Amino acid sequence: MTYLQAISDGLRQEMRRDKRVFVIGEDVGVYGGAFKVTLGFQEEFGPWRVIDAPLSETAIVGGCTGAAIMGMRPVAEMQFADFISCAWDHLVTVAAKQRWRAGTPVPITVRLPSGGGFSGGPFHSQNPESSFAHIPGLKVICPATPEDAKGLLATAIQDPNPCLYFEHKHLYRRLKAEVPDERYETPFGKARIHREGDDVSVITLGAMVHTADEAAKQLEDEDISVEIVDLRTLIPWDKQAVLESVSKTSKVVVLHEDTLTGGFGGEIAATIAEEAFEDLDAPLKRIAAPDCPVPFSPVLEKAYIPQVEDVLAGIKEVAEY
Amino acid sequence: MAIAREAEPVGSLQEVREAGLDREDLLAVYRNMLLTRAIEERGHILYKQGKIPGSFYTGRGNEAASVGVATAMGSEDVGTPLHRDMGVHVTRGVEPWRIFAQYMGRADGPTKGKDGNVHMADSNLGLLAMVSHLPAMLPVAVGCALAFRIREENRVAVGWFGEGASARGDAHEAMNLAGVRKLPVVFVCDNNQWAYSTPTYLEYATEHVADRAEAYGFEGVVVDGNDVLAVYREAKRAIEKARQGGGPTLLECLTLRMEGHAVHDDAFYVPKDMFERWAENDPIERFRSWLREHADLTDEQEDEISAGVKKLLNDALQRAEESPQPDPGTLRDGVFATPEDLDTPHHK
Repeated sequence: MTYLQAISDGLRQEMRRDKRVFVIGEDVGVYGGAFKVTLGFQEEFGPWRVIDAPLSETAIVGGCTGAAIMGMRPVAEMQFADFISCAWDHLVTVAAKQRWRAGTPVPITVRLPSGGGFSGGPFHSQNPESSFAHIPGLKVICPATPEDAKGLLATAIQDPNPCLYFEHKHLYRRLKAEVPDERYETPFGKARIHREGDDVSVITLGAMVHTADEAAKQLEDEDISVEIVDLRTLIPWDKQAVLESVSKTSKVVVLHEDTLTGGFGGEIAATIAEEAFEDLDAPLKRIAAPDCPVPFSPVLEKAYIPQVEDVLAGIKEVAEY
Repeated sequence: MAIAREAEPVGSLQEVREAGLDREDLLAVYRNMLLTRAIEERGHILYKQGKIPGSFYTGRGNEAASVGVATAMGSEDVGTPLHRDMGVHVTRGVEPWRIFAQYMGRADGPTKGKDGNVHMADSNLGLLAMVSHLPAMLPVAVGCALAFRIREENRVAVGWFGEGASARGDAHEAMNLAGVRKLPVVFVCDNNQWAYSTPTYLEYATEHVADRAEAYGFEGVVVDGNDVLAVYREAKRAIEKARQGGGPTLLECLTLRMEGHAVHDDAFYVPKDMFERWAENDPIERFRSWLREHADLTDEQEDEISAGVKKLLNDALQRAEESPQPDPGTLRDGVFATPEDLDTPHHK
């Protein structure tokens, strides 16, 4: 099953078992979504559970908040994660703070097709997860595998909080793996050791897990053993698993596709500096996109998104310190 | 040229009865209007005494609009009242002592000191707490209506906004989605003619805010926001129309904000004669006269109602002042909801 099919499968199973779950977004109904995640859903669940919305991200997310407070479990689809900027106010001002200040939980899930690698340009390729990780009250989910894509979506939909589910577009059809048929929930805040190793820890998420994996494979020949920690969720994030890996390898690379400054890697690096300073045998290395918008040209985009060779070089630099 | 329907004033007791209010109901409306104003007057005193941190907002002049609409709502209906709509909280039955505790940032206020002034609501009364960003609660009200429509419940959501907030995109997106889907929602515009210091002609270019409803495919109605009975009648029509599947209405209640934007603002920019004209049209005084003329309100009854309000607020104030300050140790409590939090009236 592909990563995309796993999302679709997970969503369909939640809708079948829980009548409170409905989908709303642009072109999600008849068309089945820009990426076809909800293809065939409207036939199965009808037009009031698979709702084609006008081009109104504010009304979609704000509407989900109201419906959730009334007891529904809305799943909003942003056509591209980039468009969440238009609904920022509703996530950050209303949904994120409502439980804390007014005691009203807002159990919504917002699906956010994110990430670059296909010349989507500055407005169809971004990874805005760290902006939301900074907002108390929001949960941030970034699955890297088909199995997690399905299990984390089920958890998000049943979670009593606003959940931002970043699905990486570049993984949609590229990634295929066995996925359990039955419904299951993958817990938040529990990292996955994607690959065990002894020399260098790579702390990463989303599509970069696979970039790191490719680099790690190539480094086997050079006798560098790489451990890859897939965070799975940024809020909450599994500090314990990161610190354990750091204590095992003593050398760390933090890798993400989002831009460097203010990226979530900074939070991880700071935590390691505060809590695992004595464990380190080398300065921590961050690998991320440069601080500029996502470019369109394939040549420029390749220079922008961390590539296998960039990660490979970074790991070697740390390993050889 | 106005596009929206301009509602007629209400005349006789007979007409009011037909709209669904008996004499007891009318006295309750009067009491709720008095209580609304009295809560805010007491709040203002507390503020001057230095007992209310931050700023303080009142809805003086808006009592008829807020109480009138809330009286027309059914018990299962929900709403998102704003900072001029204390009357909605009062009509839905909030306990005044909790409002004072909220004003003073105490542990027993609805937000337990985490948020201030009218940023509160009791979800058990079908109300959702507002945010400062206006009109951010309109899409939320539309979402409530969407839930009712999906579940085929005969419930209606009421979303409030001001004429100032009508300039923002949220208002457009909310009304457009509601119009497209014919959702059971009523948009209530408290048009108090001043968005902080900005007059209406710098906020919108149509004659009425309600004229826009036509563009969203539903009815717009302008009503005298100082006539509580006319507000009630039009709100009732709109709410019942929405309940019957007739879709949204935009109801604009025209009134005047009788004080500054908040207590720090002396409203020097409002022409003096404008205040004087609208003071003669005070919604509470107007309704009191109407009750005396049409519903045999006597001096004794008036005194009894006033005394009841006074006693209620004296007790409320005392109880609120006894409420403890919030514990700084609770600062991070409730940032995230737990599954147990979903044990609310709406999630069952």
